[in-house]
Amino acid sequence: MLYIKCPYCGLRAQKEFSYGGDATVKRPNINEEVSSEDWDNFVYMRKSPRGKHIELWQHIAGCRQWIKVQRDTATHEIFQTAKVTEEIR
Amino acid sequence: MSQPFRLNKEGLINRNKKISFTFNGKKLFGYEGDTIASALIANGIHLVGRSFKYHRPRGFFGAGVEEPNAKLQVEFNGHSEPNVNATEMELVEGLSATSQNCWPSVNFDVGAINNFLKMFFPAGFYYKTFMWPKSFWYKIYEPFIRKAAGLGVASIEKDKERYEHKFEYCDLLVTGSGPSGLASAYAAAKNGAKVILAEDKPRFGGTLLTDDVSIDNLSGKDWAEKIITELKSMPNVTVKNRSQVFGYYDHNMLVMFERVSDHLETKSKFTPRQRLWYIRAKETILSTGSIERPIVFGNNDTPGIFLSAAAKEYMKVYGVLVGKKPLIFTNNDSAYETALEFKKNNVEPIILDTREEHSSELIDEAKSKGIDIRFSHGVIVANGYKKVKSAKIGKLNKDKNSFEKIETIECDCICVSGFWTPSVHLASQSGNKLKYEEKIDAFIPDKKKQHETSVGAANGSFTLEESLKHGFENGSNLSAKITETKTEISIPNVNEKKYGAHDKFWCMPLPKNENPKRFVDFQNDVSVSDIEIALREGYRSIEHVKRYTTLGMATDQGRTSNLNGLQLVSNIENKIVPEVGHTTFRPPFTPITIGTIVGREVGMEYMPTRKTPMHEWHEKNNAVFVDAGAWKRPRYYKQGSETLFEASKREAKNVRENVGICDVTTLGKIDIKGPDAAEFLNRVYTNAWMKLPVGKARYGLMLREDGIVMDDGTTTRISENHYHMTTTTAQAANVLSHLEYYLQIVWPELNVNVVSTTEQWAGAAIAGPKSREMLSKLYPDLDVSNEALPFMGYKEAEFFGVPSRIFRISFSGELAYEINVKSDHGMFMWEKMMEVGKEFGNQPYGTEALSTLRIEMGHVAGPELDGRTIPSDVSLNGLVSKKKDFIGKNSLGREAFNVESRQKIVGLIPIDRKSSIPEGSHIVQDQNAKLPNPKLGHVSSSCWSVENNNPFSLAIMKDGKNMIGKKFFAVSPLKNKSIEVEVISSHYVDPEGKRVRS
Repeated sequence: MLYIKCPYCGLRAQKEFSYGGDATVKRPNINEEVSSEDWDNFVYMRKSPRGKHIELWQHIAGCRQWIKVQRDTATHEIFQTAKVTEEIR
Repeated sequence: MSQPFRLNKEGLINRNKKISFTFNGKKLFGYEGDTIASALIANGIHLVGRSFKYHRPRGFFGAGVEEPNAKLQVEFNGHSEPNVNATEMELVEGLSATSQNCWPSVNFDVGAINNFLKMFFPAGFYYKTFMWPKSFWYKIYEPFIRKAAGLGVASIEKDKERYEHKFEYCDLLVTGSGPSGLASAYAAAKNGAKVILAEDKPRFGGTLLTDDVSIDNLSGKDWAEKIITELKSMPNVTVKNRSQVFGYYDHNMLVMFERVSDHLETKSKFTPRQRLWYIRAKETILSTGSIERPIVFGNNDTPGIFLSAAAKEYMKVYGVLVGKKPLIFTNNDSAYETALEFKKNNVEPIILDTREEHSSELIDEAKSKGIDIRFSHGVIVANGYKKVKSAKIGKLNKDKNSFEKIETIECDCICVSGFWTPSVHLASQSGNKLKYEEKIDAFIPDKKKQHETSVGAANGSFTLEESLKHGFENGSNLSAKITETKTEISIPNVNEKKYGAHDKFWCMPLPKNENPKRFVDFQNDVSVSDIEIALREGYRSIEHVKRYTTLGMATDQGRTSNLNGLQLVSNIENKIVPEVGHTTFRPPFTPITIGTIVGREVGMEYMPTRKTPMHEWHEKNNAVFVDAGAWKRPRYYKQGSETLFEASKREAKNVRENVGICDVTTLGKIDIKGPDAAEFLNRVYTNAWMKLPVGKARYGLMLREDGIVMDDGTTTRISENHYHMTTTTAQAANVLSHLEYYLQIVWPELNVNVVSTTEQWAGAAIAGPKSREMLSKLYPDLDVSNEALPFMGYKEAEFFGVPSRIFRISFSGELAYEINVKSDHGMFMWEKMMEVGKEFGNQPYGTEALSTLRIEMGHVAGPELDGRTIPSDVSLNGLVSKKKDFIGKNSLGREAFNVESRQKIVGLIPIDRKSSIPEGSHIVQDQNAKLPNPKLGHVSSSCWSVENNNPFSLAIMKDGKNMIGKKFFAVSPLKNKSIEVEVISSHYVDPEGKRVRS
């Protein structure tokens, strides 16, 4: 069970979180034209990297904030966590 | 009642307390502190089970967790537990143990015929034998294998015991209380660290209890006791015996299995039987010690053959002799300690040492005590069927591949030692890639992946001095980094015997024309020849050899067999062991009970039960409940001997004719506030929200980004910047997360807050043609006319003095209202409604009637919004705005969503107007067509239409709208039904929707 540092609440067990996918995907702006290709990329296309991956988690049984987690998909090592408004380099 | 093999004084058992038990029906006794194994051996009983494949007689081999043979069915405290390790289970009064895998008895086992047919049971025999004829598999082979395989019998009784889970955090977890573990825990504790020390056995001390050593002029045992006593007195230390750390998981979480009360005679009803600890440790010291490695020889599985350290443990801890004419068969010095211990207890051992004659501290001591030592000797084959009677021994030639002399000598036990294997299981589970240490011919931990440090024998250090030093140093350094305190501890003076080098020799050759089984893995009956066959047949990877032969599998996970297996493979393949590699170590290290894994999450505690504030009323009025997620909802209210079908028909009919009330508290409710709330809703829903006036509700449809319908519900504008959203019961949590995702991540610029208010409001729907009359009696001071409170209108008013919200919305398709009051007032509201509604023929209705009402109206719900439908599939394209953007809009343009023949919602009625159509039925053109019969659609919801008095179903069907008027078959292979149906509109009742507006 992972040990995830919520930027609001501190270190908490994985049980309290739910996974939310790639955090680097940006939704096309609302009310703006978007090409089919860009839209399909946004909805369907995800990388499945081995190694460092910046992803979203929601502290669902805690503060309910969505957070960013940089995790190694092979070893589960967590390098950094941040608020969604913050950057992970 | 004498115990022929019990020593007079030795041991740590309590001789003042006798404990009686039975074994295979025979009444026996032992002492407090005995295991089942030690008590049986004291009584001279060695034959305890039959082997897995050949049903060969088996006895004890070890004295603890390494035991591969002695698995018993044990009954105590009203349990019957299979596969209990006799060498670990402590004796309790009245315990009854029986042998497994034998019939009719362990003494005479019919299955033992397999032993004489063994040429038919080579490695992989399952795969080879049971392949043909194919039809035999289900009826003959599989039942036969199921009967023959397996060990004990699982109880079918409900487990009445209590099991617990516990979460703990610490600076340092120490796994094992041998010398290195004690030293580590002590040093860390002195630095002020929060320490947990876990010991698998009932007694602390590990090898200190059995080795002839002294520390600071105290015996090993006394030193261990002194350290433990001090640790126990420290507030920052938790010391746990009978506790096995069995798994090492991510981010330094370890899981420990504590046997809390099986050894107790009495306990309170709140004492759990076993406890599972989830321990998050900043650092972990793995002081798990080592397990003695056997040497392979002919019939080496005969009862009476022990690991030499186990024989010593039986003497020193339990005061029990495993035999009175022992042969000690060794390739190293440690077995000499066993020999000396026998000698001390006036038993004359003979030592067979595979090494050539040489000298060491222990050999010299043995010699000086007059022990018969035969160098370059080994056991070729053990004689005796149910117990060792003699052994054929041989003098090995220089190359150790044949014999210079063979003779038979009498003995009643053989104590074998092939040196030591560090217990690296936890280190390996943590991600540590192991390395092969030539010096000890075993794997030890290499680079760490997590915060773990192996010390002592687990790290390949087999001297007490080194173990203590490692322990003190690592315990001190690791904890000092955390506590930033360092207390100097002087490493104590140690007195121990020095061991010479071991012999790299683990498998005795066989003389010509002799072919006894030489077992590598006792638990799975894997012999040398099985491994040879696997390699001959082309298996190369050690993982494949393991699976083909079953080497190292099952409850003991090859603790005594893995390395000998690897050694054999490498010898045959002419490789070195590190090239062959090792199989993966996986948790759990030892078997743990299912009860412990489950903990308190059984029955009612399996998941939380959500009850509405009106639950008690429903209970009192014969509601039959249905689970809706965690909620309990009334499915129907049973009157007399009514069936579900009759009751739901009555309730639905009453709504259509009079009025009914339904508990709708479970609907998800989300409060939405903020100046940008309207804009937010406009983006979340497919329809337009900017112009909804205060005091009005609107039906909304929500999509996922891929265009699939996510949820539907009504949202009401309570005030300028305040909305009340409802979701379906099932999607409540998902919708909240969905909204939070967009507000926090995608559009943080929107000034909106959302919060779940599902539990804050109790809700009741009032539905039926008489609902307005009833409402007027509930709110005598309020104008409830169609003009004042029209369809989709909203009002706030006092309900007999209680603040309430009135929504004119309808799921049933009738004139209907929903009243919300604060949860605390839910019961008051409900009872008032029942009281006031009497004169209008009001009756409560459950989810079954609710479904009937919505299905015949063609209102969609979960079965239609099944994660595969877009708005136009379910006739909701009218709600999809063409003018504005919203979540999922871009996906609706996809080609496949816009083909004419795409699936659409339709209604179905059976041609005979009688046969109910099972939900999930497939719609086909020809019920007798050859398979695969092209599927045109499926039945999503079915009901008995109370309006038209015949069955009616909703279906999602290819090109559905153009199929109206045509006939098909709805076939359900599951229910074995095929019903001829006609396709009609999905709006079966009141297609214009007049009633809701009336």
